Amino acid sequence: MSASKPRIATTSLAGCFGCHMSLLDIDRRILQLAELVEFDRSPINDFKTFGDRRCAIGLIEGGCCNEENVETLRDFRKHCDLLISVGDCATMGGIPAMRNTVPLEACFAEAYLDGPTVYNPSGKIPGDAELPLILDRVYPCHEVVKMDYHLPGCPPSADTLWAALVALLTDKPVELPYPLLKYD
Amino acid sequence: MSTASPTATKRVVIEPVTRVEGHGKVSILLDEANHVTQARLHIVEFRGFERYVQGRPYWEMPVLVQRLCGICPVSHHLAAAKALDVIVGADQLPPTAEKMRRLMHYGQMFQSHALHFFHLCSPDLLFGFDADPALRNVLAVADRYPELAVQGVMMRKYGQEIIKATAGKKVHGTGAIPGGINKNLSIEERDGFLKDLAQMTEWAKGALKIARDYTEANLELAGRFGNFDSNFLTLVREDGAMDLYDGQLRAIDAAGEPIFDQVDDQRYRDVLLEEVKDWSYMKFPFIKSIGAEKGWYRVGPLARVNACDRIDTPLAEAERQTFKALTGGKPNPMSLAYHWARMIELLHAVEKIGELLHDPDLQGADRVTRGDRREEGVGIIEAPRGTLIHHYKVNADDQVTMCNLIVSTTHNNTGMNRAVTDVAREFIDGVPEISEGLLNHIEVAVRAYDPCLSCATHAVGQMPLVVKLYDAAGALLDERVKGCEA
Ligand code: SF4
Repeated sequence: MSASKPRIATTSLAGCFGCHMSLLDIDRRILQLAELVEFDRSPINDFKTFGDRRCAIGLIEGGCCNEENVETLRDFRKHCDLLISVGDCATMGGIPAMRNTVPLEACFAEAYLDGPTVYNPSGKIPGDAELPLILDRVYPCHEVVKMDYHLPGCPPSADTLWAALVALLTDKPVELPYPLLKYD
Repeated sequence: MSTASPTATKRVVIEPVTRVEGHGKVSILLDEANHVTQARLHIVEFRGFERYVQGRPYWEMPVLVQRLCGICPVSHHLAAAKALDVIVGADQLPPTAEKMRRLMHYGQMFQSHALHFFHLCSPDLLFGFDADPALRNVLAVADRYPELAVQGVMMRKYGQEIIKATAGKKVHGTGAIPGGINKNLSIEERDGFLKDLAQMTEWAKGALKIARDYTEANLELAGRFGNFDSNFLTLVREDGAMDLYDGQLRAIDAAGEPIFDQVDDQRYRDVLLEEVKDWSYMKFPFIKSIGAEKGWYRVGPLARVNACDRIDTPLAEAERQTFKALTGGKPNPMSLAYHWARMIELLHAVEKIGELLHDPDLQGADRVTRGDRREEGVGIIEAPRGTLIHHYKVNADDQVTMCNLIVSTTHNNTGMNRAVTDVAREFIDGVPEISEGLLNHIEVAVRAYDPCLSCATHAVGQMPLVVKLYDAAGALLDERVKGCEA
């Protein structure tokens, strides 16, 4: 592993992994990308923390719905030169932020007490110490730390991700033509 | 804290579990002599979909609810559409609609199984469970076995292209609508897929051979690696054949005897319940007639290959027979056999794609139907990871008033926890120094189930593993990160 290649890290917070799937949809270009960069912490490898490594780019999928998301996002900010919100969830909260219109207790009640197939004789709602605390609402990433770029789309297409990454890695301005910008 | 048991003196946490889809962690409690007293897989996220879709117009569901999961969005897209078919009274879809949906689904099955096998699991199988963690990823596989990695990438691409041609987009498409589908397949699209079909079939056979050879060569390991009896649940066709898109519910016990069979999908509530436990956001489903304690079951490729009477495509059927022969016709209980079963389905999926592509109905113009409106509908599909249930109630204003989702990974909750406990007891119990490689054993067990914790997060999210050792007073003794450290 060469030390000189820039490193890229990725994470999925309150997202659906669709943005990561879209990154994999660059297909064979992933092998090309592996020539350009070194992959750091990511759900697709077994790096679980940054250690003291520095990354050029951090790709963030999903907004923040619990304390663990916030910690991870802050850790990414600390270790990455550029942080990119990938997709509508990271940028705006996305579909998970629909829960912001409903009190959390009501969501819990529906999932663990009232649902048609729920069997819960004790009437307890999950709340073990192993489970991270849920935030009052779902936050887009830039409300938690400074984000450098936002790539819209649900998910942004593979070509959008590719164009942005290549521009950043080759020190060119990120210019995305209109067809690559979709807000779905 | 409810996770602590009185005898535990140390706690080991694997967090996040990696190379799985979604967010989760494993906690292991050890006593003085490092014996495992408890091991659990926790699902650590909560979304609350069931509640916040209430009040939305029903036709949004197939596009909204698939945002539960970007790995198998097609499954949610189709399960929601099937439930809404019932609501709009579309009891018999036009052949073009049903076949386009099936093509979408088999494309999904093909890409998802290829992704799981090549991108996520092949490093464990090719390099060993305790290989250098820096090597345990698909790029290292690409380095050492370039052809194999390219095959994985291209197979996934083929499936994704089929999804795009049927759903409009590779991730989160819009093809299925209540009562039908919004496009058919053009001749050009068809011919493009036909051109690569033979190649894909060959590669699928190759992948299956790797999985089969692996199991046969590692039977001793597979026999003590999350090898336990359980019930199994799946959809089957009326004649008992495997059907991944539609069918009736069947459950069998560990001996292969039926618990129930041909249960209509609209009646799933008669046979299944989900128990809530306070240490996981993921519920624990069980078979009602047996009860919460013993009624748990497994779903997914292993369950389907174990429980179906046959597969209706020749290559996969021959492989199923070899699979069944290993256990003398009884259900195979090994967690590691999931990989083999999954690759049988990969081959089945490409055979099905071939059948469908040759069917002129895909170019039909009759795409949607409607009938008498109902207030309630259930859609069940066999997603790549197992049985997926969507259930909606809709009011006269077309608003959703109730939504109940039981996702594939949730059905496997008890099974995965059992595998984690078994592997911890077998490989970690009494070991003075728990190495990173040993901890990866636990993740390998979880990965065999191809859990989609993303799905499970709907009601629940992401699995990454850090190991922390605590003493009885809760003081941190040692911390080890499962995975790479610089
Ligand atoms: S933006 Fe869309 S694809 Fe990306 S994580 Fe959110 S829901 Fe999934």
